[in-house]
Amino acid sequence: MTIVATFSVEYTQFLDPQGKPTQPLPNFATNCEELVELYRRMVLTRVFDAKAVVLQRTGKMGTYPSSLGQEAVAVGLGNAMRKEDVLCPAYRETGAQFQRGIKMSEILAYWGGDERGSCFQANQDDFPLCVPIGTQSLHAAGIATAFKIRQQPRVAVMVCGDGATSQGDFYESVNLAGAWNLPIVFVVNNNQWAISVPRSAQTHCQTLAQKAFAGGFAGEQVDGNDVIAMRYVVERALEKARTGGGPTLIEAITYRLHDHTTADDANRYRDKAELNKAWELEPIARLRHYLTAQGHWSEGEEAKWQAACSQQVEQAVQEYLAIPAPSLTDMFDYLYAKLPHDLIEQREQVIAEAKLGGDNHHG
Amino acid sequence: MAEITLIEAVTQALAYEMQADKDVIVLGEDVGVNGGVFRATAGLLEKFGPNRVLDTPLAESMIAGIAIGMAAQGLKPVAEIQFMGFTYPALDQIINHASRMRNRTRGRLTCPMVVRTPYGAGIHAPEHHSESTEAIYAHTPGLRVVIPSSPARAYGLLLAAIRDPDPVIFLEPSRMYRLVKQAVPDNGEALPLDQCFILKEGRDITLVSWGAMLHETMQAANTLEAQGVSAEVIDVATIKPLDIETILASVIKTGRCVVIHEAVKTCGVGAEIAAQISEKALLNLQAPVLRVTGYDTIVPYLKMEKYYLPSEARILNAVHQTLEFA
Ligand SMILES: Cc1ncc(C[n+]2csc(CCOP(=O)(O)OP(=O)(O)O)c2C)c(N)n1
Ligand SMILES: [Mg+2]
Repeated sequence: MTIVATFSVEYTQFLDPQGKPTQPLPNFATNCEELVELYRRMVLTRVFDAKAVVLQRTGKMGTYPSSLGQEAVAVGLGNAMRKEDVLCPAYRETGAQFQRGIKMSEILAYWGGDERGSCFQANQDDFPLCVPIGTQSLHAAGIATAFKIRQQPRVAVMVCGDGATSQGDFYESVNLAGAWNLPIVFVVNNNQWAISVPRSAQTHCQTLAQKAFAGGFAGEQVDGNDVIAMRYVVERALEKARTGGGPTLIEAITYRLHDHTTADDANRYRDKAELNKAWELEPIARLRHYLTAQGHWSEGEEAKWQAACSQQVEQAVQEYLAIPAPSLTDMFDYLYAKLPHDLIEQREQVIAEAKLGGDNHHG
Repeated sequence: MAEITLIEAVTQALAYEMQADKDVIVLGEDVGVNGGVFRATAGLLEKFGPNRVLDTPLAESMIAGIAIGMAAQGLKPVAEIQFMGFTYPALDQIINHASRMRNRTRGRLTCPMVVRTPYGAGIHAPEHHSESTEAIYAHTPGLRVVIPSSPARAYGLLLAAIRDPDPVIFLEPSRMYRLVKQAVPDNGEALPLDQCFILKEGRDITLVSWGAMLHETMQAANTLEAQGVSAEVIDVATIKPLDIETILASVIKTGRCVVIHEAVKTCGVGAEIAAQISEKALLNLQAPVLRVTGYDTIVPYLKMEKYYLPSEARILNAVHQTLEFA
């Protein structure tokens, strides 16, 4: 017998759950301002998520998927990306989207049931959230194909969950990315659950990172609760892709501390003990311990920043609540570049029939 | 000028637009060196190179999905799916994303892409190669569904489809690919989308069809002419959005209508046409609108497919029923 190929999966971590370095920190992390910035962004994301859940619970917004516990994944990757790169998110990347110029009020508007939430006034190219699981991986591959054809030094970043790696579209995009050596980074947010289905039931693979091997490129794991590691591996993969080195798949190991969405109750299927254990690994306390030990953060600064976050989020909520209702005819006016003649009658009909009342709104 | 077939007209349109617009990219399975399984993309790789003609791995959802990403970046992908029966893996991408990207982002991101695929029965092909499920696409808001029925219309409509700022499903009747030849000037002139074409004027009855069935429909119209019945023949061409005005104007004139399509009857586009005629021109009708269609069955394999496809005789039968309606 001869071995014709061997594969290995690397795991990167810089800070352990107690915030102690497990190896020398990468260059950018020796700059305490950068680390504080990452910390602040994670806290802001957590404050935003908590507020969004409250908005849903009080009937001011629709269903919302919190990213509680996974802030380092989104903040790390969002921080590593350049403006000209393109993000194809799933729906737990709020912390990355903030860094890409997407407004809090836009995200609230989206979950509040307003298509204008995906207008992204300050970001032209990023894709909107993607609800059909895994489908965004092909959009990212297509964007990367465009970059390659036009020889632009830009990278497409797609983020999906552990469950999404079972989808055909995920495999198809991994395969294409390898075959065409595309400038793309796949980030798998392995939060251990796909609604009620645990990671162990999703696949018999030891790692999700190894799914890259089917595409003929590198797959690696990272401690997704360590924002330093997260930002480091994504930046490395981006630079590789940008300089013609092709795709990378990064499996970020983290944990979904919240229910799947506000419409879910994880108590039905998840062990409390597992959840409590996961809380000990969460990303924000970890970096705070490190920063505090280094003298870069204090309780006073924490209180000030928490208050600043609450204020910023509150202002976004006010902005969101003040958005005037969409126009009745918007549902027609963005279907095509120009309204086809066969829709003119129905467009007039919706205006006339709205006046009849008796609509279907029971809220 | 040399006369060309429908498939050659497709190639001519692709080559014209690739030359005129460097953002036009052809992609699909075997579209490169092989020039496509029907040769629709023959010669394009040699002419435009591997950056413009992409031989993809074998995955249809992928082809549609990456076309969306490319289109969002401002390219104009023209994707080929080898047969309509293999567009189904791509339905998710087409329905969930391509058709609604403009709407979802209120115009920020758009999908100026074309999905071309041969469709229809009658070419003695294997299983799954004879589908005519255009109604699935016509049922999807945000899409255009365009079906040429002659070389000239294939050329002009494909140019229009590529230039259109929204996603177009372009269904090429494979039975017509090499059935007739026509002189088609390579002048880059597009034909209008969203419009029916009146192929033959008439007074007594309106025959509405599209794609390959226009072949039998025109035969029937000529037979009727010899029998002293003047039939108007309409090629719908764009089945979504539907140009119902042209059909209504004709039906108001003739008072009688038969719709002919090879797709199954139930929930076919013929049902929509008949419903709209009854909504808008009931009192102009001298007889119910009849449909001559494929049966509500799986398309039979090649031995029996001719009994599935509407024939001239079946069309004439329906026309006479309509004319004799008391
Ligand atoms: C194609 C598809 N199937 C099912 C669903 C319903 N659904 C929404 S989220 C989800 C689980 C996704 O799990 P994962 O990919 O791990 O992402 P996570 O929610 O954990 O971030 C499912 C099944 C969907 N949105 N799309
Ligand atoms: Mg998950």
